[in-house]
Amino acid sequence: MSAVTDAVPVNPPAHPVVQSVRDSLVIAKRNLIRMSRIPEMVIFGLIQPIMFVVLFSYVFGGSMNIGGTTDPSVYREFLMAGIFAQTVTFATAGAGAGIADDMHKGLIDRFRSLPMARGAVLTGRTLADLVQTALTVFVLAIVALLVGWRTHTSVGEVLAAFALLLLLGYAFTWVGALIGLSVRTPEAATSGGLIWLFPVTFISNAFVDSSRMTPWLQHVADWNPFSATVQACRKLFGNPGVSPSDAWPMVHPVWASLIYSVLIVLIFRTLAVRKYRSAAA
Amino acid sequence: MPGAIYAEGLVKTFGDVKALDGVDLDVPEGTVLGLLGPNGAGKTTTVRCLTTLLRPDRGRAVVAGVDVLKHPNDVRRSIGLSGQFAAVDEYLTGRENLQMVGRLYQMRAKAAKARAAELLEQFDLADAADRPAKTYSGGMRRRLDLAAALVVSPPVMFMDEPTTGLDPRNRQLLWDVIKRLVSGGTTLLLTTQYLEEADHLAHDIAVVDHGRVIARGTSDQLKARTGGERVEVVVHERDDMPAASEVLRGFGKGDTTVEEHMRKLTVPVTGGAKLLAEVIRELDTRGIEIDDIGLRRPTLDDVFLSLTGHVAEAKDASDEQEPGQKAAKEAAK
Repeated sequence: MSAVTDAVPVNPPAHPVVQSVRDSLVIAKRNLIRMSRIPEMVIFGLIQPIMFVVLFSYVFGGSMNIGGTTDPSVYREFLMAGIFAQTVTFATAGAGAGIADDMHKGLIDRFRSLPMARGAVLTGRTLADLVQTALTVFVLAIVALLVGWRTHTSVGEVLAAFALLLLLGYAFTWVGALIGLSVRTPEAATSGGLIWLFPVTFISNAFVDSSRMTPWLQHVADWNPFSATVQACRKLFGNPGVSPSDAWPMVHPVWASLIYSVLIVLIFRTLAVRKYRSAAA
Repeated sequence: MPGAIYAEGLVKTFGDVKALDGVDLDVPEGTVLGLLGPNGAGKTTTVRCLTTLLRPDRGRAVVAGVDVLKHPNDVRRSIGLSGQFAAVDEYLTGRENLQMVGRLYQMRAKAAKARAAELLEQFDLADAADRPAKTYSGGMRRRLDLAAALVVSPPVMFMDEPTTGLDPRNRQLLWDVIKRLVSGGTTLLLTTQYLEEADHLAHDIAVVDHGRVIARGTSDQLKARTGGERVEVVVHERDDMPAASEVLRGFGKGDTTVEEHMRKLTVPVTGGAKLLAEVIRELDTRGIEIDDIGLRRPTLDDVFLSLTGHVAEAKDASDEQEPGQKAAKEAAK
């Protein structure tokens, strides 16, 4: 078995950043191949937000007061920014479950025994999830256009809104990564990755006019990072129901959304990578 | 000069369980060390410490000439690890799995591709190369896992119970691969629960129990300490037992153990099958009718019994039991 002892051509030691990018892309590719082989996961990921659009706009549509009107078509335009934002955050559970599954199957041990960049396993996973999220948002936008959602601003502003949404989704996958590394089973990661999203997405301006909440709840909603992105999207889409609140994140939602998302990435990436380095299967 | 794998006083504690209690190892380059012990003895923890997956609380380790605690990433360049479970991505094909691992060992894309094809051929996986690993049998997955550990032909290999749960055919296949690997100059540390496997593959054996190496030596040395081979005779008539005992005394290398109620006599011997034939002839000459006779080789249990005074037990299983389950079990008794 001569091949076993043959020297194998290996890249010369690269700059750590170059290596990190290269390794992350290898892992991202791996996760994208996986997703393409489990299409039902992608399809369920699509059905859920579409169901929300239909349920919210037709069930709640007529009884929601947005900017002084209960016109269902106004609520539908108001709602979409919220549904988009909620959809991107649901990638959290997928990232968590995927990483927990890798731990469970011993793959994380294999990766940790390889001379690869430390953060690459997690970065690659979050990048692959970002691709899936982008695909989901794209399909959802088409469905939204079909049920009557429209934007009333420039192409640049609309694209900026989608960029903020994807950044929020990316930030949340890092929270999912940390959850995935902290639980014992993939199942726990799925439910653990979802539970906390309900208060985060509902105590916000996503589905209702937050200025009609009791004051303390409104306060929470106004400062909720999730609300900032929703507010920014409504503004950038030119959709109705922009909150008149004078809380800083509501007045400067684009900046607030950017700052919140970047902070979440920085904090949770640091925590997740630290956890990964000491992960025990 | 320390060997290709060297460890000194490794200690690792999980909560109040001392998984490693001062493990010392020294594996000369190009040899195989078999780490033999029951579940929970500390075999896997030792491997995890040496492969940079776990940081020991105390102690020193050098693998392929590099300090494991100081330069873990340099160690990773020189080692291959094949674990207890086939750590392959089941949704990726065999080829994709190997290419990915090659890339992560920092091989160029082209080289990783060529190497993957080569390994698939060697490990008899070429026909299944482009099927997701999910469709592989247990043995095929294990082979793919081992191939992944060999992508860069690392000079030092670690295998944690490589054949646990495999059928005899696949076990034999893996043994052949391991032997070829070692003849190519690879240093290997292998953990196993089977004395037979250690016997078959390892130059040296270290027996671990309760996080310590309690004995080391070649397989022959260990067996000698264990009492080596024994002849076991079950006579047909209880009255024949004294006569049979006398026959055995003539051949034995130690005291004969007698189990009256089973009409069984056991005596340590050297000389293997040839001696067994002589014993049978002698018993026959004296007209002693026998129900059963056999040559018994020492098992892991025997090694343990003689070294520790207790039988090798699956500690993992009992440790992981919830108190409630334990109580229920007690009650059931």
